[in-house]
Amino acid sequence: MTGRTLFDKLWDDHVVADLGDGVALLHVDRHLLHDLGSSSAFHDLERRGLVLRNPELHFATADHVVSSATGRTGGVADWADRHIAGLREGCRRWGVRLADVTDATQGIVHVVAPELGISQPGMLVVCGDSHASTNGALGALAWGIGTSELVHVMATQTVLARRPQRMRITFDGRLSRGVEPKDLALALIGRIGAAGGRGYAVEYAGEAVRAMSMDGRMTLCNLTIELGGRIGLVGPDDATFGYLEGRPFAPRGAHWERALDAWRALPTDADAVFDHEVAFDAGAVTPQITWGTSPAHTIGLGERIPDPAACADPSERQAMTAALDYMGLAPGRPVAGTRIDRVFIGSCTNSRLSDLERAAAVVRGRRVAPGVVAWVVPGSQLVKRAAEARGLDRAFREAGFEWREPGCSLCVGANGDMVAPGERCVSTSNRNFVGRQGPGARTHLASPAVAAACALAGEIIGALPETAA
Amino acid sequence: MSIEKLVVVEGVAAPLALANVDTDMIIRIERLAKLPRADLGRYAFEPLRYRADGSEDPAFVLNRQPFRDARILVAGANFGCGSSREMAVWAIAGLGIRVIVAPSFGEIFFANCFQNGVLPVVLPAPTVARIASRLEAEPAAAHMTVDLERCEICTDWGETLAFAVESLRRRMLLEGADELELTLAREPEIAAFQARDRERRPWVYGNG
Repeated sequence: MTGRTLFDKLWDDHVVADLGDGVALLHVDRHLLHDLGSSSAFHDLERRGLVLRNPELHFATADHVVSSATGRTGGVADWADRHIAGLREGCRRWGVRLADVTDATQGIVHVVAPELGISQPGMLVVCGDSHASTNGALGALAWGIGTSELVHVMATQTVLARRPQRMRITFDGRLSRGVEPKDLALALIGRIGAAGGRGYAVEYAGEAVRAMSMDGRMTLCNLTIELGGRIGLVGPDDATFGYLEGRPFAPRGAHWERALDAWRALPTDADAVFDHEVAFDAGAVTPQITWGTSPAHTIGLGERIPDPAACADPSERQAMTAALDYMGLAPGRPVAGTRIDRVFIGSCTNSRLSDLERAAAVVRGRRVAPGVVAWVVPGSQLVKRAAEARGLDRAFREAGFEWREPGCSLCVGANGDMVAPGERCVSTSNRNFVGRQGPGARTHLASPAVAAACALAGEIIGALPETAA
Repeated sequence: MSIEKLVVVEGVAAPLALANVDTDMIIRIERLAKLPRADLGRYAFEPLRYRADGSEDPAFVLNRQPFRDARILVAGANFGCGSSREMAVWAIAGLGIRVIVAPSFGEIFFANCFQNGVLPVVLPAPTVARIASRLEAEPAAAHMTVDLERCEICTDWGETLAFAVESLRRRMLLEGADELELTLAREPEIAAFQARDRERRPWVYGNG
């Protein structure tokens, strides 16, 4: 028998019923709920007279519509408070654990689930949010689902899924100094495209991944959806187990030992075969910045904005032209030196403690450029408190950044936090789509260190400063 | 509980040959957070469809005749990429569109279509590009018939294009069947799985 990939093992372990044609009913070990969509799913469940089958396997927090302002207690308007109230009411009624707005464990769902040990290796995790792929960094099979599927999971603790193909991306070499997992992911998307991973469960492997912190692996898996793949995976190893041990919801005692045995058997077997393999030189990657309206529209900081005329595919060419028009940029010019109005350090992609540490190292003792509004929105209350214990908040504040309350905030603009029309924002988030940060907002995706350095410069920088770790 | 059946869809097909039309472009988060499902159609494709002052952009395909009444959308590659928001499908369905033809789709969007009685059809990129330019060039011949029973699209200019749909999804659309109803009937299998799994992976079900 040939070996199996991590993905195969995860899939096979969760099959409740094989429906043929690659379709299977799979058991859901963890359903992560947030405040946008859960309220309507709870409502549908009730309307259909159904019961939430396994409340102990569901975990909720409020992140999308919560205000990020200091002293906040909910949303910024009635409509936001209604979403939060619906989540709260559903959780109370069915006995689902909720990290509520003012709780000490509140935060962005994909930051909270790993840091509390809720998502674990070997688990099948779903969430009504496409960046659920983040949890794959722990060796969990995790993907985002829609509202109808949420109701299905609530009522049956299963999800109907189509078996994807398997892709392995092997990152050879190590990241250069100042180059972050975010740069690696953007460079990868730039090379194989925003649909390059479509139809695949993507496993990240190779030296650069092994050397990467859990936070970095989460950034990588998080951005798998921007590569077009629903599922990103990293084989669990000692770094994973060390990260999880002692976290509030991680297994304890005899369970921990049994779980470890099971988890050690998960990584891809040496003789396993993938449907598609990609080799990528991590050592050659430089700090990236996006110039357009797709994460695939990425270049190195010192490079020139590409010319759509050089693109062979007509629909791609049209998209590039539209992107440049929207972004107010000209082809062939260096991206460096482009004036910016906003900087956002946050989101489920880059708001963990190590992300904030790298950004803080750049800004410490310096000042945000006049006219630039710069925000840090930590990924969770736990991240926020840990950062404050290290004095990061002071470094940011003294530099002129706002230090705000955890949530999705400016990544998605669902809570009223928005970039004004025509304004340009360097953002550590995951999507530079048209209107993503607000109607007419122009988003440049980058790593925390690059975003921090741009805030100081007041423009897109051409190279990272020496202070970047 | 069931979804709206889809057997044959006849109507105007509109070309939107833009690659990577994402879910934020299809429906803004602020709209889906604030508005009921029934109102989302008005804001579908908002940044493409309306100008900054809120007026319609006459250049956008769905603001032009005969495409304003389209029931079929002929779209670019990776259509619906991005977020898991099912409201993107609700917004498009809210325009009266029941079929989307594209070289490829964002995966979650693709799955969400079937949950809402919308048929996403995958055809080769050159075919989709050819259809889209013909629709653009000859709006008078923009009428199409999509037959899910036969898995065929017939164009006004006499072309017949075969397409493939996974059998379970096809059957469910044809019958208007609901995925959840089918799974609820499998409760004994779910209970048996959990009983076995609790022995095998006890830590999944409780801390201890």
